[in-house]
Amino acid sequence: MTGLIIAESAIFTIFVVAYLYYLGRDVSGPTPKQVLEIPWFYSVCLLSSSGFIIAAEHAIEHGKVAAFKVWWAITMVLGIIFLYGTGVEWRKLIVEDHLTISTNLFGTTYYSLVGLHASHVIVGLLMMLVVMVFTLLGKVEQRHAQRIKTLALYWHFVDAVWVVVFTVVYVVGR
Amino acid sequence: MGSETYPVAGGAVHEAPARNTYLEVIHSWIVTVDHKKLGIMYIVYALLFLVVAGIEALLMRIQLAAPHLHFLDPQTFNRMFTMHGTTMVFLVGMMILFGLGNYLVPLMIGARDMAFPRLNAFSFWMSAFAGLLLYFSFIGGNGLAGTGTAPDVGWFAYAPLTEKAFSPGHTIDYWTVALLANGVGSIGTAINILATVFCMRTKGMTLLRMPLLPWLYATMSFLTLVAISPLTAAQAMLMIDRYLGGHFFDTQAGGSALLWAHFFWIFGHPEVYVLVLPAFGMASEIIPVFSRKAIFGYPAMVAASVGIGFISLGVWAHHMFTIGMTSYGNAFFTLSTMLVGIPTGIKIFNWLATIWGGRIRFQVPMMFACAFLLQFLIAGLTGIMLSVSAWDWQLHNSYFVVAHFHYVLVGGIVFMLFGALTYWYPKMTGRMLSERLGKWHFWLMLIGFHMTFDLMHIPGLLGMPRWIYTYEADRGWGTLNLLVSIGAFIQAIAVLICVINMVWSYFRGPLAGPDPWDAWTLEWSTASPPPSYNFATDPVVHSRRPLWDLKHPEDPDSAFE
Repeated sequence: MTGLIIAESAIFTIFVVAYLYYLGRDVSGPTPKQVLEIPWFYSVCLLSSSGFIIAAEHAIEHGKVAAFKVWWAITMVLGIIFLYGTGVEWRKLIVEDHLTISTNLFGTTYYSLVGLHASHVIVGLLMMLVVMVFTLLGKVEQRHAQRIKTLALYWHFVDAVWVVVFTVVYVVGR
Repeated sequence: MGSETYPVAGGAVHEAPARNTYLEVIHSWIVTVDHKKLGIMYIVYALLFLVVAGIEALLMRIQLAAPHLHFLDPQTFNRMFTMHGTTMVFLVGMMILFGLGNYLVPLMIGARDMAFPRLNAFSFWMSAFAGLLLYFSFIGGNGLAGTGTAPDVGWFAYAPLTEKAFSPGHTIDYWTVALLANGVGSIGTAINILATVFCMRTKGMTLLRMPLLPWLYATMSFLTLVAISPLTAAQAMLMIDRYLGGHFFDTQAGGSALLWAHFFWIFGHPEVYVLVLPAFGMASEIIPVFSRKAIFGYPAMVAASVGIGFISLGVWAHHMFTIGMTSYGNAFFTLSTMLVGIPTGIKIFNWLATIWGGRIRFQVPMMFACAFLLQFLIAGLTGIMLSVSAWDWQLHNSYFVVAHFHYVLVGGIVFMLFGALTYWYPKMTGRMLSERLGKWHFWLMLIGFHMTFDLMHIPGLLGMPRWIYTYEADRGWGTLNLLVSIGAFIQAIAVLICVINMVWSYFRGPLAGPDPWDAWTLEWSTASPPPSYNFATDPVVHSRRPLWDLKHPEDPDSAFE
């Protein structure tokens, strides 16, 4: 998983570089300052989900499967709320501000970067769903803790990437 | 290879007679997760594409052998150099090196298989499919009528030539998607190699007792993780531009073609180090055995290898000296490129020091290794020449550059690969290759290589640019190009002899036994070919040369390390 994270970090770095390189170079279309609102609530949801997944890891390491189920479910719900927030934001950008991936450089780089992150969230949620299903079927036990921690590491990575993307897009870029 | 041995309680080993049908044998290869079988499939696949890309090269050389020939039309010529480069780098180089790594790394560290056998199989089939997809473009690339078949934009596919406006149809899409898939396979194998090297070494094998080949493969895998990803990202951006209306490289909307060049070479330069580091590993295994001396300066070799890996991440823009960077940019990349010569020099001196004072056995693997040493040195020197940005301004995109990188890739990597195949073929198949045919292969390859690539520097210096499909008769390049082309055909004959050798020896070669070269690393302690479980009991090692310790209990390495 560490190897995968190294590779994925390199991919995200390239998209961040492209985003930063093209800031302010648009010849037309909406600019970040005009249309972006900082997604405080949804970011808090995603980042706090890291805390809840740590609680889940702790529970399964100590064999507390019932507690694990609860923390795991909360993590997933927070992830889904984040995705919902992204969807709402994109809807506003597309319908109201007329910003699409083909509008201008900002559109291209913004949707690519945030979209790449969101797709990683989706993949993470799907994997977490698989674990949830196995848990509900009673198949997950304390001895599986290491595998759960590997998946949790991926989730922490996704959250860390969001810290970077959030800073670059909503703080630096505006 | 149709019979299986299996352990029975009590320690006896029974040999089952070969009774599998052809279909069962093929099925076992398709579903295998055994690193040895996957390694062999990688190697055979790569050798097939070596022949294909070699034919593409020969076609180009025929076209260039004299001025104003019409053997290939310009569009076909463009496709040839694009496909030759792309095939050689991704479908030959990466595949054969990952194949040898797959085969050797678990055996050399005393492990039963790679860390993630199913990921291993997935990576192979993904990369294999990618190769077929790339070549399908010859048939299926016609989007709009008359817009070409195979990709024709050079192996580095510079934007904005690759944008939809300038490359309608699907030729670029085949290139992009095939390489995306190949990249996924490469990243999978790289993760596998790192996990195997760091987690699955046998008892007693600390990292500093690990043979140099796994060290070099670990470094190369780390580089793969960091380097292939930028290519993946850039190709994703290209596809977004082509199909979703993005503007990453669309200069009219303010996008930048320069960005593609940076991203591509951030991938492209470490990529060539990914290709060369395993060759260093093979040299570090073969040269000591055939000099009858342990490798000189093992810790320095490890440090130099890792150092080369890191430095290579910071030299990429030496491919872009003429693109218009500031003089500070040019100076930085000149210096960083020169810097990478220092650890490389350390390695060359250590190899020489290993040979010095040894009792040299001049058999075919050693002949290839010695040629590698000389040729890689020369290639490195022309590289340092090119690293001086002012010099590069005269020679960028000339045949001097082509000669330089073929000197590294063919003179260095391919020669070392031939040596490695000769050295490890007995382990993989249980039979020795013919020494006589091997020598014919070596000498023809050497003569052909030098005829082609030594001479190729001269038209470059005289001003002959790359990617031209013909040239004027009054430039003075004609004779040299003819000799270069003849040399290419001599190399082709050499490769043909190699293929014949490999096929003939498989059926008629003398049996090899477990340790035909009197070597010292763990793979030689098990049968040839190894049983599916590799080692009957987990080996325990106390030094860098475990088999030397076993064969010379009165003078073990462990007393000195």
